[in-house]
Amino acid sequence: MSEVAHVSHDDHHDDHGHHHKETFITKYIFSQDHKMISKQYLITGLIMGFIGIAMSLLFRMQLAWPGESFGIFEAVLGKWAPDGVMDADIYLALVTIHGTLMVFFVLTQGLSGTFSNLLIPLQIGARDMASGFMNMISYWMFFISSVIMIISLFVEAGPAAAGWTIYPPLSALPMAQPGSGMGMTLWLVSMAIFIASSLLGSLNYIVTVINLRTKGMSMTRLPLTIWAFFVTAIIGVISFPVLLSAALLLIMDRSFGTSFFLSDIFIQGEVLHYQGGSPVLYEHLFWFLGHPEVYIVLLPALGITSEVMSTNARKPIFGYRAMVASILAIAFLSTIVWGHHMFVSGMNPFLGSVFTFTTLLIAIPSAVKAFNYITTLWKGNLQLNPAMLFSIGLVSTFITGGLTGIILGDSTLDINVHDTYFVVAHFHLVMGISALYGMFAGIYHWFPKMFHGRMMNKNLGYVHFWITAVCAYGVFFPMHFVGMAGVPRRYYENTAFPMFDELTNVQVLMTVFAIIAGLAQLIFVYNFISSIFYGKKGPVNPWGSNTLEWTTPREHIHGNWPGEIPHVYRWAYDYSKTYENGEYIIAGQDFVPQNVPLQENEEELNH
Amino acid sequence: MTALLTFTVLVLVAIAIWQMTKIFELSQTKTERSEIANDSDNKNNGYLLFAFLIFIYGITIFSFAKYSKMLLPEAASEHGGDYDQLMWVSFAIIFFVQTITQALLHYFGYKYRGETGRKALFFADNDRLEFIWTIIPVIVLAGLILWGLYTWTNIMDVNEDDDPLIVELYAQQFNWTARYGGDDNVLGEANVRLIDIANANILGIDESDPNAEDDVIVKELHLPVGRKVNFKMRSQDVLHSAYMPHFRAQMNCVPGMITQFSFTPTVTTEEIRLNPDVVDKVKRTNAIRAQKGDDPWEFDYILLCNKICGKSHYNMQMKIIVETEEEFNAWMAEQKTFKESVMVDEAETEEQVASTEEEADVESEESASEE
Repeated sequence: MSEVAHVSHDDHHDDHGHHHKETFITKYIFSQDHKMISKQYLITGLIMGFIGIAMSLLFRMQLAWPGESFGIFEAVLGKWAPDGVMDADIYLALVTIHGTLMVFFVLTQGLSGTFSNLLIPLQIGARDMASGFMNMISYWMFFISSVIMIISLFVEAGPAAAGWTIYPPLSALPMAQPGSGMGMTLWLVSMAIFIASSLLGSLNYIVTVINLRTKGMSMTRLPLTIWAFFVTAIIGVISFPVLLSAALLLIMDRSFGTSFFLSDIFIQGEVLHYQGGSPVLYEHLFWFLGHPEVYIVLLPALGITSEVMSTNARKPIFGYRAMVASILAIAFLSTIVWGHHMFVSGMNPFLGSVFTFTTLLIAIPSAVKAFNYITTLWKGNLQLNPAMLFSIGLVSTFITGGLTGIILGDSTLDINVHDTYFVVAHFHLVMGISALYGMFAGIYHWFPKMFHGRMMNKNLGYVHFWITAVCAYGVFFPMHFVGMAGVPRRYYENTAFPMFDELTNVQVLMTVFAIIAGLAQLIFVYNFISSIFYGKKGPVNPWGSNTLEWTTPREHIHGNWPGEIPHVYRWAYDYSKTYENGEYIIAGQDFVPQNVPLQENEEELNH
Repeated sequence: MTALLTFTVLVLVAIAIWQMTKIFELSQTKTERSEIANDSDNKNNGYLLFAFLIFIYGITIFSFAKYSKMLLPEAASEHGGDYDQLMWVSFAIIFFVQTITQALLHYFGYKYRGETGRKALFFADNDRLEFIWTIIPVIVLAGLILWGLYTWTNIMDVNEDDDPLIVELYAQQFNWTARYGGDDNVLGEANVRLIDIANANILGIDESDPNAEDDVIVKELHLPVGRKVNFKMRSQDVLHSAYMPHFRAQMNCVPGMITQFSFTPTVTTEEIRLNPDVVDKVKRTNAIRAQKGDDPWEFDYILLCNKICGKSHYNMQMKIIVETEEEFNAWMAEQKTFKESVMVDEAETEEQVASTEEEADVESEESASEE
């Protein structure tokens, strides 16, 4: 298989060794260097995450104390919170933008964009991405789409408020809600640019992984991070264009009077001309992306976890080939399960049966992954660094959230919990919290690689993890019960139904946990920023890791390696490998980096 | 209550900040410290992982003990029993798996916490283990899939057997309307293009359709117990979802198409009010309401909107009353038919209009008032 890895690095050789004249602009702004672009993605993603999480705290307060007046509402929301009481329209807008920011801007580009950019070239042994220029364009399109999304928060009639899934006709008709005017237009424009950015990025990742692997880096020797990023990019390329088409058709319906998604509408005293379209068609198109999107969010997090967990357990990842197969199986199945979001949409029930079948199938590779992670911990020598804790936390929330997927994926059981808080609890645990944990694990683990060898403060990391871990369960575990009590999501307040009165206490509990969790993120922000400038420098390979990125110098240089690109002689998981007599392969060191040739009498054990 | 909670939050925040600064001070004094976990970090966090396992079990037990009484009462529809049973079995499986896997994960985290000199086991692969944990989910899921699909097919088979009552649920921002087929149990044709607000034809019923004459339009859904009901859902503006949680029933209402759902109510409103769970719930709820100064609540079945539909989505509801056949018939006899309530009024108003203003005819022509 390694024949594939015929990379001609020679033509890069003259790239290094001499100084490039770099101005501030080419170095920090219009940089084509993957390491800088990765940092740009990360920081943009974190800012968007800050906004998204802050929004969630606002609407959680409204849910716990409905109709109550808060000074902070008035301060932040202005005219949308007269006398400090949140308006129902802005509640929906907050929910919508929170979802959009977290799913797309934080967990898609913030996570995938950051770590694919940082790790693909470094871990496969390439000097940069296949196209640095395209990479730069991809980031700047992401940046523009972020800016447009932020601008949309300030338009007169309010930002988009039709839920992050923006189902028409609600999202198509400005008379249906104020957020469907200019706010929705900007949302669509922003997302269209976002999709283009994501596609450019993904194509670049795919080409880089296929073409630029160093000598000896066969596909079966790739670290699981790269497998995850690679497959994520592929599903992105397959599914994002479909969202683009949905967005374009919606733009046409909104602005040019077409009827792709609209039909037979009577609103505000008049019949509209739309005829023959179907909102269900939009749902199909949206979820054709929407579901793979869940895995676009999750797979990179799982990839990061595999790497971090194996390194810190000082053990090979258990079942490497099974892990790769699971990633591939999940990726394939993820494109044929979208209908489980639509069991009660009015689509043919037989179709519902098919989607139930495929959806429950996806539980199998997911279960394999979970079991493999647990086995990786077994008989390890666990170095409980913050990144490791976040990885273990990820497996925990992935299991808890994933299991309730068995309920939701079953068309029968979905009937009564569809669109209730049960769903909200499920997906926040399984993809929201899990992917965030993956992102945090990645940040703590690769921070030294991003910021010239500086490391984040581990104690603040521990505090951050434990508060977050407790609060995440504190918010989302009771939430399942709210859902099973029948409380629908996206309700501005639940006071209109006496049957929900006694659940207000649960809402208060969840909100208190959410606020504490939100504040705990400030610890992270502080740690992140102060460590960039004052973080302690650690060893070149602080975690004793096998992968190639730790063979590069701390200081970033164009082309990554000052000399020749290292060759690869083994897989990435030779941790604690011993000879038959029980001695480590390299005496006194429990890891064997990928660039170390096979030793005498050593058997190559890559599975 | 609120003040207390706000206070608690503030105190917790203060503690968090205090702890943070303390930790930070500690980290400042010992400058030799490395940012890589050492044995004592591993030990502390290993113990914390174990404590976290107890926390997960704790919050599970707490939630079940405290919140399971707040869940929906037993299903009040025929298929609801099957639904609840499948739900129960799925939950049993989930909790079994959850308890075991979380225990293994966190216990391993605690047990194998790093120590200098400990040697990890190079254990990269084991086909048999992997086969076992692939095949077990396969078997369990196959069972769940088959059972689920069997139930699903039964529930979603909306047919005309057993003389079902035909009811239209009509959704608009932000209220529900129900329409019965009347004596002939057949709904008249309708389309939003025929809506004539001025003449109170709010559902766009085709006045030329003879089936429409005896249709009954109401704002409160009455259902006879024990008779199958076939719902035909329509929406006039945006997506809505007709959610009747006590009957384990839900279907979206989609503009431009008619969606369907069918169930047989099995428990009357009066009966369910005597259900011990419901009695308790009402008691608890009324205690809360009395505190807030709200009116006491009497349990009723309810239809909610469960698809985001705009500003007042949170208050789009209709009361459902399940009663005996006789009560239902008596109630139905009191209702005005479409012909009585709309077509007659309309004829009168139209005469008046025609005598005064000719142009008005042009406008109302669209609303199919040729007759």
